[in-house]
Amino acid sequence: MTAADLSDERLRQATGLRGSASALVDRVRAGELGMVPVVAGLLVICVVLQILNPIFLSSTNLVNLLMECVPVGVIALGIVCVLLVGQIDLSVGSISGLSAAIMAILFVKDGWPAWLAVLVALVAGCAIGVLYAEIFNRVGIPTFVITLAGLLSFLGLQLKALGAIGSVNLPFDSGLVEFAQLKFVPPWLSYVLVLLAAAWLFVVGFLHAAKRRTADLSARSTRFLLIRSGVLAVGLGLAAWYLNRTRGIGWMFVLFVALALILHYALTSTKWGKAVYAVGGNVEAARRAGINVRLVYTSVFAICTTLAAFGGVLGAARLAAANQASGGGDVNLNAIAAAVIGGTSLFGGRGTAFAAVLGVLVIQAISSGLTLLSLDSSYRFFVTGVVLLLAVGVDSLARRTRTSHGRA
Amino acid sequence: MATLQLSGISKSFGAVAALTEVDLSVDAGQVVAIVGDNGAGKSTLVKVLSGVYAPDAGTIGFEGREVTIPGPAAAHRLGIATVFQDLALCENLNVIENLFLGQELGPFRLDDVAMEVRSWELLRQLSAKLPTVRLPVAALSGGQRQTVAIARSLLGDPKIIILDEPTAALGVAQTAEVLNLIDRLRENGHGVIMISHNMADVRAVADQVVVLRLGRNNGVFDARSTSSEQIVAAITGLEDNVVSQRAARVEGADQ
Repeated sequence: MTAADLSDERLRQATGLRGSASALVDRVRAGELGMVPVVAGLLVICVVLQILNPIFLSSTNLVNLLMECVPVGVIALGIVCVLLVGQIDLSVGSISGLSAAIMAILFVKDGWPAWLAVLVALVAGCAIGVLYAEIFNRVGIPTFVITLAGLLSFLGLQLKALGAIGSVNLPFDSGLVEFAQLKFVPPWLSYVLVLLAAAWLFVVGFLHAAKRRTADLSARSTRFLLIRSGVLAVGLGLAAWYLNRTRGIGWMFVLFVALALILHYALTSTKWGKAVYAVGGNVEAARRAGINVRLVYTSVFAICTTLAAFGGVLGAARLAAANQASGGGDVNLNAIAAAVIGGTSLFGGRGTAFAAVLGVLVIQAISSGLTLLSLDSSYRFFVTGVVLLLAVGVDSLARRTRTSHGRA
Repeated sequence: MATLQLSGISKSFGAVAALTEVDLSVDAGQVVAIVGDNGAGKSTLVKVLSGVYAPDAGTIGFEGREVTIPGPAAAHRLGIATVFQDLALCENLNVIENLFLGQELGPFRLDDVAMEVRSWELLRQLSAKLPTVRLPVAALSGGQRQTVAIARSLLGDPKIIILDEPTAALGVAQTAEVLNLIDRLRENGHGVIMISHNMADVRAVADQVVVLRLGRNNGVFDARSTSSEQIVAAITGLEDNVVSQRAARVEGADQ
């Protein structure tokens, strides 16, 4: 007997492990590439850079690379949200710089406790997002323009706040700087976390499959779930072992992954997440379905700017300073590029939280590899630009394939 | 007592009277087609029923009570569901997500199993043929999209379903599919109001044909016993109209 959702005779029956594999191949052929291109791209970049400089894949360098990608990665998580509703935030760099300045001044100059200084910086970031959304909802100025204005204004505010000296150093013995530079997961705990992740993935999958079977729907086989969790445990375990050969996994990177997982859950498994995708796909349809579209915009912009502020705080902690260059330079563009390289559509409605994680890994790998080759930032900008173009090119070609396979 | 009873509905936009004292009644298990030329007031009438416009005069009776419909949400609460011509589906979401858009089960932890089960129930009620509900709507044909839109309107278990030009953009086979859906709605005891330009579709599926002309009632016909010519005459307001002239001319040329 076949499950209720597979009973149509036109549907090719794909069961068991081979079925899952062939379904994946089918999806990729039809242009539903998902994470495949960015993972493949990341592998190619790693191989090339490793050939050019054998230090690249060394444990020391990878430990650094993972720590280094967190500030921009956190900002990119917010960018993914904004892109999903079909809008853009160009000002995340300035907001991260401003929040770094606010935090550093309150913490160092005014002697506030660190947590309060961070909280105020985050609240300021959140308020900026609510302001953007209010302007967008009430006046209807395109977010491109609103956030471009924000980029300039908040950069000005950051420079004004930092004053003539233009730099505030954070004490090296403060908890913030220690967290961003020196706090690593003990090896035994990292393996426990890996096993917990694999077990959790299995339990959630197993319960879900059981529930589907009770409801007479098709479900993943227990064997598939076991193998999936096994692969995850082995993969993460090996990665953890390799990183643990030197300093290990930074708590800051764990925080980044946790944020990505929370965002992933919110986007895929809550009513709010469906509303975000619906607004990005068809605003009018979302409105008629009774979704409060304005509230969706407000929540998305608030999340984006809060994460941008948080990224700024983490960046300042990592650098042990907030200065006039904080959040400047390539932070803005790297965050947006990371989201897009990871597979988030600029036209809304397509993308996942993991896009930010993978995208920022690609960008940071390029940056780290070229620095190891003693090439200056001119090459880094150039190569990042080419990779961005390639990533969007692959996405556009995939969209054409989707259209011709009826999956657009 | 009819499920839905409109009497003396009038609506003006400035100096233009879009509807003048229009009457309409729909029973459970009855398909009423509203036909009329462009500008006859069909869309305005639908918008009054779905709560987009408030009527200037007249009363709306629903299951024996007199009601007002101040907004789309109110229409939905009463049990009047409208499927607009553009369907309002999100192409990037799959069938389940579209069916439950804005009414998801379990706001903080979506119950996707329950939603999938209910989706199959709704589609089976309509004897709809969708191979899978996990495809994005972008991958569906026009008829299948209409199916999804109609299935979505059934979610709140409405008494009256209004279909605005359900077959306008469809091919022959897909039109037949949608007409089958309408038959199914009637069998399940829903009252159906269908707006259409297509005489063949109207006569194929409707029980009663209400003709609007220049915002007024211009006759109510029994769909089975009335010829297309009579309905066309009522739509245009003339026995000798451009449609019949053309028919006569073509017939004359044939002989």
